[in-house]
Amino acid sequence: MKHSLIALLVFATLSYGASAADYTIDTRGAHASINFKIQHLGYSWLTGRFNQFSGDFSYDDKNPSAAKINVEIDVTSIDSNHAERDKHLRSGDFLDVDKFATAKFTSTKITDQGDGKLEVVGDLTLHGVTQSITIDAKKIGEGKDPWGGYRAGFAGNTKLRLKDFGIPERLGPASTEVLIELHVEGVRKK
Amino acid sequence: MLKNTTEQFGSLAKLFHWLAAVAIISLFGWGVWMVDLGYYDEWYHEAPHYHKSVGILLAVLMVARLIWRFFDPIPKPVRTHQKFEKIAAKLTHWVIYLLVFAIMTSGYLISTADGSGIDVFEWFTIPALGQGFDQQEDIAGDIHEWLAYILIGLASVHALAALKHHFIDKDDTLKRIL
Repeated sequence: MKHSLIALLVFATLSYGASAADYTIDTRGAHASINFKIQHLGYSWLTGRFNQFSGDFSYDDKNPSAAKINVEIDVTSIDSNHAERDKHLRSGDFLDVDKFATAKFTSTKITDQGDGKLEVVGDLTLHGVTQSITIDAKKIGEGKDPWGGYRAGFAGNTKLRLKDFGIPERLGPASTEVLIELHVEGVRKK
Repeated sequence: MLKNTTEQFGSLAKLFHWLAAVAIISLFGWGVWMVDLGYYDEWYHEAPHYHKSVGILLAVLMVARLIWRFFDPIPKPVRTHQKFEKIAAKLTHWVIYLLVFAIMTSGYLISTADGSGIDVFEWFTIPALGQGFDQQEDIAGDIHEWLAYILIGLASVHALAALKHHFIDKDDTLKRIL
């Protein structure tokens, strides 16, 4: 009782002082995903995802440009629903996860484009190479959840050239770019 | 003679031995070659398919061989062999058996980690047991590769020892299996 009272006081003080709310990406509840797709020979799309990642962001509806986001991805968790292909993708031929097990994204500049749209510029470190990338993001919604928390969610898209990250282009001329599709739901930190 | 005698291997034991030898050496060479195939190589899909098919058939052969060995005791050691040679030979034989089974098991675990079975020459399919542990295809893959190199190393020692007995010691060691 005493503890929760103190917690309540601390929380009240903090939320009063904070302008933007901090959110933890809900990877535990799997309300977030990092999906990718790449052309197969130019005839179709091959899709997959990274099963393990974590991150947080801060966001204030009144001042979206002040938002920030950090995500850390466990590259070894790549999953294209095919064990031998995943093994190959993790090998030195592609992601070389023995050397580069984690990828990181840190936003550097977020621009409000109105209508819930955001341009998220940030540094992505993948395969040991850091490059600035731009994610076209859109807020999907925010509000209270039924379990006493508060959530905000976004979707985003970006395109990476394998060559920019030092990943050999072994898959032919149609498959030099990988499209990343992000779905992120955050639970406001208490 | 189908069965072994105390001095000589029988024809079935010889057949098992030489079929396994040819299969194992071929699978090794084939495996080393196929892992470096490029995505656009026409063997990219076919080569692993044959590797797995032959591997499964070798597993069937090896099980049959072990069962046969149980019913048909192997010949006594050559009389002129020294004690350490008898022990080394026996140890090598059993470690080779063990390695072969470990390599086949790890190979199975690579291909079936995503729950898909192994097609044997579009003839029948070995079902998958599913994923048993994290990063199964990677760990099993490393084990498969390392044990294969160790097996080929040990098999070379086994072959060189047989040749040494034949050409230097001039005893019947090699003739018994020919």
